[in-house]
Amino acid sequence: MMLNTVLPILLFAALALAVIGAMKRFAMWRRGRAAQVDWIGGLLAMPRRYMVDLHHVVARDKYIANTHVATAGGFVLAAVLAILVHGLGLHNRILGFTLLVATGLMFVGALFVAKRRLNPPARLSKGPWMRLPKSLLAFSASLFIATLPVAGILPAGFGGWLLAAILLLGIAWGVSELFFGMTWGGPMKHAFAGALHLAWHRRAERFGGGRSTGLKALDLDDPQTPLGVEKPKDFTWNQLLGFDACVQCGKCEAACPAFAAGQPLNPKKLIQDMVVGLAGGTDAKFAGSPYPGKKIGEHSGAPHLPIVSLDGKALVDAETLWSCTTCRACVEECPMMIEHVDAIVDMRRHLTLEKGATPNKGAEVLENLIATDNPGGFAPGGRLNWAADLDLPLMRDKQEADVLFWVGDGAFDMRNQRTLRALVKVLKAANVDFAVLGLEERDSGDVARRLGDEATFQQLAKRNISTLAQYRFNTIVSADPHSFHVLKNEYGAFGGDYSVLHHSTYIDQLISSGKLNLSQHQGASVTYHDPCYLGRYNGEYEAPRSVLKAIGIEVKEMQRSGFRSRCCGGGGGAPITDIPGKQRIPDMRMVDIKETGAEIVAVGCPQCTAMLEGVVEPRPQIKDIAELVAEALVETTATRPAQREAVEAV
Amino acid sequence: MQPSPMDTTALNVVALVSIGAHPTSGRPRRAEQDARAVELGLRLAGEAMQVVHAGDARQEALRGYLGMGIKQLHVLEQPAQADVLHALSDYLLDSDAQLILTGSQAETGEGSGMLPYLLAEQLGWPIVVGLAEVERIDHGIAHVLQALPRGQRRRLQVQMPFIASVDNAAPLARQSAFGPARRGELTVTAANVCPDQLFKEGQLQPARPRPKRLKVIKAKTGAERMKAATAKASGGGGQVLKDCSPTEGAEAIFKLLMDEGVLR
Ligand code: SF4
Ligand code: SF4
Repeated sequence: MMLNTVLPILLFAALALAVIGAMKRFAMWRRGRAAQVDWIGGLLAMPRRYMVDLHHVVARDKYIANTHVATAGGFVLAAVLAILVHGLGLHNRILGFTLLVATGLMFVGALFVAKRRLNPPARLSKGPWMRLPKSLLAFSASLFIATLPVAGILPAGFGGWLLAAILLLGIAWGVSELFFGMTWGGPMKHAFAGALHLAWHRRAERFGGGRSTGLKALDLDDPQTPLGVEKPKDFTWNQLLGFDACVQCGKCEAACPAFAAGQPLNPKKLIQDMVVGLAGGTDAKFAGSPYPGKKIGEHSGAPHLPIVSLDGKALVDAETLWSCTTCRACVEECPMMIEHVDAIVDMRRHLTLEKGATPNKGAEVLENLIATDNPGGFAPGGRLNWAADLDLPLMRDKQEADVLFWVGDGAFDMRNQRTLRALVKVLKAANVDFAVLGLEERDSGDVARRLGDEATFQQLAKRNISTLAQYRFNTIVSADPHSFHVLKNEYGAFGGDYSVLHHSTYIDQLISSGKLNLSQHQGASVTYHDPCYLGRYNGEYEAPRSVLKAIGIEVKEMQRSGFRSRCCGGGGGAPITDIPGKQRIPDMRMVDIKETGAEIVAVGCPQCTAMLEGVVEPRPQIKDIAELVAEALVETTATRPAQREAVEAV
Repeated sequence: MQPSPMDTTALNVVALVSIGAHPTSGRPRRAEQDARAVELGLRLAGEAMQVVHAGDARQEALRGYLGMGIKQLHVLEQPAQADVLHALSDYLLDSDAQLILTGSQAETGEGSGMLPYLLAEQLGWPIVVGLAEVERIDHGIAHVLQALPRGQRRRLQVQMPFIASVDNAAPLARQSAFGPARRGELTVTAANVCPDQLFKEGQLQPARPRPKRLKVIKAKTGAERMKAATAKASGGGGQVLKDCSPTEGAEAIFKLLMDEGVLR
């Protein structure tokens, strides 16, 4: 029997090749910098992370979720059984039947994979990925037929030499794609690297429903620590492993606002370029959408070569990195839980901290932050001018308050001052015991950090933390999701642990505890734009909506809302680095807004306000949630002095 | 036009830098014009250029210059309020410098803007004010562009060595990066200290903006107003003295100053 002698050889040879490939690939990842991982615990947790956390993301697309369960489930089962049955020769009927079921399941799944590939959406990569469904079909069909005799359905030796030869060919094709193609860099690499990536993920806190969105701190006290990533090997090794897990599904590309705006960024290509970098080579084989406006095949890299060349071409152009708004839409969509934003900021850090190459207004903004603690370079003494007539309680005088109102740099912006004043009116109406830091407040460091200037960020953070340490308060409330995020998630690494709330959350609490006397919003229809740093970064989708509901607003939801909200274009220092594209991100967001027919768009972020108000009229009005609530306040008869002042204010 | 590196990398360029102050916060920083002088030097001589500060090496703001990619900054140790002129000229005389770049005016201290002139006088070198660009250098002669008001440029030839001060017409200084700023070295040498008598005795008071000359607009049409706004500032009553003796020249200047009420 030819099958019975050749099949085991084939299977074990493929397995051996797979093991060699795996070791080579592992060595490639290990070129990266050291990282702390829980080796065993991670491996043990991996199946759960795969079946729960990863599936949770994949299941947003029912079609591919079911397809993947059938194909991958069928394949894993088939592979194990094939080794038992055909490799070790355990010709047991039950095993045979199970193997038939497994290959059948896999075949059906593969048919659906093939169907998606008939007319694939632009986000999917072509090239070898078009071959994959055929490989899957060949493997499952051949193995199915070859197993029929084992299950006793067909007589042994049926079909003669010719069929045996054809089956062998089919299986050989299959195992080369599915067994060692997995570790030698074929499309199936995603399964191997993906499983290990889940096991040794750099942000293990993300699994089990957790959230981990704060950027990781650079150790600036140790002069040996590289300041960001210059070469692929400067990533930690598990970041490299993460890049390798990419299935090129393009979900990130479809969600990326910079890509849609025609700026030279495509998160999927970026991850693939990192794969090119970790293995060495050029991007010529990339079979997906290019960076808008950049040809494929002109860039190349290697683990020991700089990723960005400032006066020539290397692996990635600097403007690609500076196009990102750090909106995290890509990370949110990625079924492989790859961390694009971390990688982008890591590379920006090198450009800013080592090369001094922050583009456009970047250098000026950073200099301003260093010299004046605000990005606009305004005289620091003017930080409280917006509230000159409000008689705000100062922390320095009070020493202690229930709420510390974190004003943010919007204090220097005339538009945002209206929001701030509205929020003060609401706080006073609810009799909240609050105070501000006043002139002691500094920029939170958000923009410096996203522009890669970790040093300035840490300086600002440490100074703010030492200021905050002087006072006693229960909660920090901020109307700026960027400050909110940084205070909540990024100050912890420097010893600043606070309970921080976005003003929408806090107002929601005030409303539900009956502290605010609100009328109903009059007339105009309203939609709500989720700020990235509130939604995707911090999971707060509900509070703003429930506040709007409390003032009688039924939100006309945009198609892209909640975790799929499209960025306004204002994050990550993108308006500062200002990389040109074909259109502007806020214009695209305004189209989303107009589609709802709303006359007002409710926002909860000074950046969003500025970006959306920058869209030419006619367009819906932009109002912060605080403004909408302040308008709906019912003036009570009380004659508290605070109340009187608040009336004059807005 | 970038000068080709062949011409200038061997050039011995020294930039003199001071501690600046941010205009709105007053915090110490690299001084804007001095940083432009360093930028010009870097473009001419690359990392081989020398950067010199006379003052206190413990000033963190000095690292702002190192962050531009300079490996070493030379500090001539001087106490606050010393007259750094002598320390600098002693140092520069021994340094084979061919081109000395400075800002036009310091942002802190006396800020009189006199240093480049006094230095030129002491060294006996020519001085170019408002250097915008060095076009080329051949046979020890530099062909440079000098910035004049309203974006005008004058092409000059100067025999090296010479001193040049830069103002805001010179190229903007590159970003100062944290890594090179942290790695850069501050080498300190002791230098002769010469107390500044005037500065010691005098009292500082906040500057008042200099009163502007009233501009009488006689224009009747929009076009004339436009012309008046964009035209070269011309005193009208000026007088060009050529081929006159120094005494005649001095007398003419003296008379003008009397007429304008500067001298009484
Ligand atoms: S964070 Fe946003 S802008 Fe940046 S790559 Fe991801 S999707 Fe694109
Ligand atoms: S990075 Fe993630 S979302 Fe993007 S193509 Fe790869 S697997 Fe898909």
